[in-house]
Amino acid sequence: MRIVVLVKPVPDPAAGSERLGADFRLDRAASPAVVNANDEYALEAALKLVEEHGGEVTVLSMAGSAAPETIRKALAMGAAAGMHVADASLAGSDVVSTTRVLAAALRGLEADLIFAGADTSDGGAGLVPAGVAALLRLPYLSYAAKIEPDPSAGRVKVHRISATGFDVLEAPMPAVIACTQALGAPRYPSLKGIMAARSKSVENASFDGIRAAVGDAAIGGEASATTVVAAEPPPPRAATRVIREAPDEAARQVVAFLAERRII
Amino acid sequence: MAGAIWVHGETTADGSLARISTEVATLARSLADASGSELVGIVVAADPAQAAGELSKFVPQVLAVTEPATEDHAAGTIVGERLAALVGRDQPAYLFTGAGPEGRDVAGVVSALTGWGVLVNATGVSWNDGPVVEMSVFGGKLTTTSRFTGEEGIVTVRPNVVTAEPAASAGTVEASEAPGDLTLPQVKVVDRVEEAGAAAPIEEARIVVAGGRGVGGEAGFKVVEELAEALGGAVGATRAAVDAGWIPYAQQIGQTGKIVKPQLYLALGISGAIQHKVGMQTAETIVAVNRDPDAPIAEFADLVVIGDLFEIAPALLAELRARPGSG
Repeated sequence: MRIVVLVKPVPDPAAGSERLGADFRLDRAASPAVVNANDEYALEAALKLVEEHGGEVTVLSMAGSAAPETIRKALAMGAAAGMHVADASLAGSDVVSTTRVLAAALRGLEADLIFAGADTSDGGAGLVPAGVAALLRLPYLSYAAKIEPDPSAGRVKVHRISATGFDVLEAPMPAVIACTQALGAPRYPSLKGIMAARSKSVENASFDGIRAAVGDAAIGGEASATTVVAAEPPPPRAATRVIREAPDEAARQVVAFLAERRII
Repeated sequence: MAGAIWVHGETTADGSLARISTEVATLARSLADASGSELVGIVVAADPAQAAGELSKFVPQVLAVTEPATEDHAAGTIVGERLAALVGRDQPAYLFTGAGPEGRDVAGVVSALTGWGVLVNATGVSWNDGPVVEMSVFGGKLTTTSRFTGEEGIVTVRPNVVTAEPAASAGTVEASEAPGDLTLPQVKVVDRVEEAGAAAPIEEARIVVAGGRGVGGEAGFKVVEELAEALGGAVGATRAAVDAGWIPYAQQIGQTGKIVKPQLYLALGISGAIQHKVGMQTAETIVAVNRDPDAPIAEFADLVVIGDLFEIAPALLAELRARPGSG
């Protein structure tokens, strides 16, 4: 079974140094890049599945020049190969462009399953997996909490988180699956994995090939259908009030505070 | 006059209108009023009648599209393809939907099929020759203001951005059919499983009482649940509490969980690490109970009670229950 996992390098949320550049685009130099957290769950699920069913995992990233380092981390976790789609014109791509480029890159890869994180911590849109599935005309199974492929039958079952529990979805493969944390914690790369990753290949996708596969449709930052016109820190919250009284008195003050704000 | 503004009416499992759609419709109506745009609601469902009727309380005109395939297939792709076909036929200018799982699935498909850009996770929308959309990025460190470069696009709106308010007079519902056939592969729903104790969606709750590592275990969540019940709120949790298996992932708030914006966020035993903060910091009022006065949450909460949550929570519960009119 071949599984391709879409992996996005994002500014490390824990570093807290994210910022926008003068053009209001993300300043990717300002923060260390990490694998987007939901993509790590997708990758972990993919690795477990190939361990069980055989096959291999390829990671695919559309990202700037820092991407190979992040792809290398995915390789250290156990992915067999990486593919990197990069071109200066892609900086500032919006959802539409990103969807088109990733779909075009995926056309050139053989995959029984395509995994992506349900959303990313930087853009936060959560739209690209659905769009990629639509452009590739593949079944789309979202918000997966459990993934059970049956390679011999060529079908996959997914538990999709619903408002009241979960729906059990079933589709023929190949299919696109959006993955959540409910799939299970990602492994840490082992020392062996880190060593092995050094000799694994990260292929640079031919941008001309991608451009041709996209066809007439516009891609890249210039074609973005959306633009940021202003960015400001939110208004500061009022100063924190601290209560250190004994429990009964503290509780009385909290309830009075809530009543004062008309919350209760 | 600008082109029409469309509101996607999401349906729930029992066929009624999702609460998020009443908010999105209220917001879109204010934009239609400001711009003089036509406002139309669209419901695509196996039986759209109930949700379309509810949506017509908020917008002057609702198109009800009967789509039997959503009965036993994943709805997002089907609804998205139908909406894209309707967009192609009627040429509205903007489509508004919720930023939850259902709205995202639909918006992703419509965007891919129409090539329309998307402004996501709106926390506020005004009108100035088109929608002007505010969103919170980088874990709330920045609020950006964005626009479409052209005169069309999709906006996904977070829950609790506006208070839903019906229009002065109810609108009409009209049965409609989308042109063309469904051509995208459909995903069969072979079973719908209800999980015991599955709470109302926490994204929509007015009050969220959440527990973190400090709650100590599954048994500790009892007091979180009791407080939520006493306040009429929903139960939330941090990733640490979910990873420990104390509470289901559906209740997780934060970077890889849900983003909530309730009127009150009561945090019990939650330190307020950035991964959690991004999910709740836009709450109107944040109250925290924590043993550690130096916990990060003490920096952004409105009120912090320093102490043992197992002493303070029961006292709080007693105080709430003693209020006139309660229980």
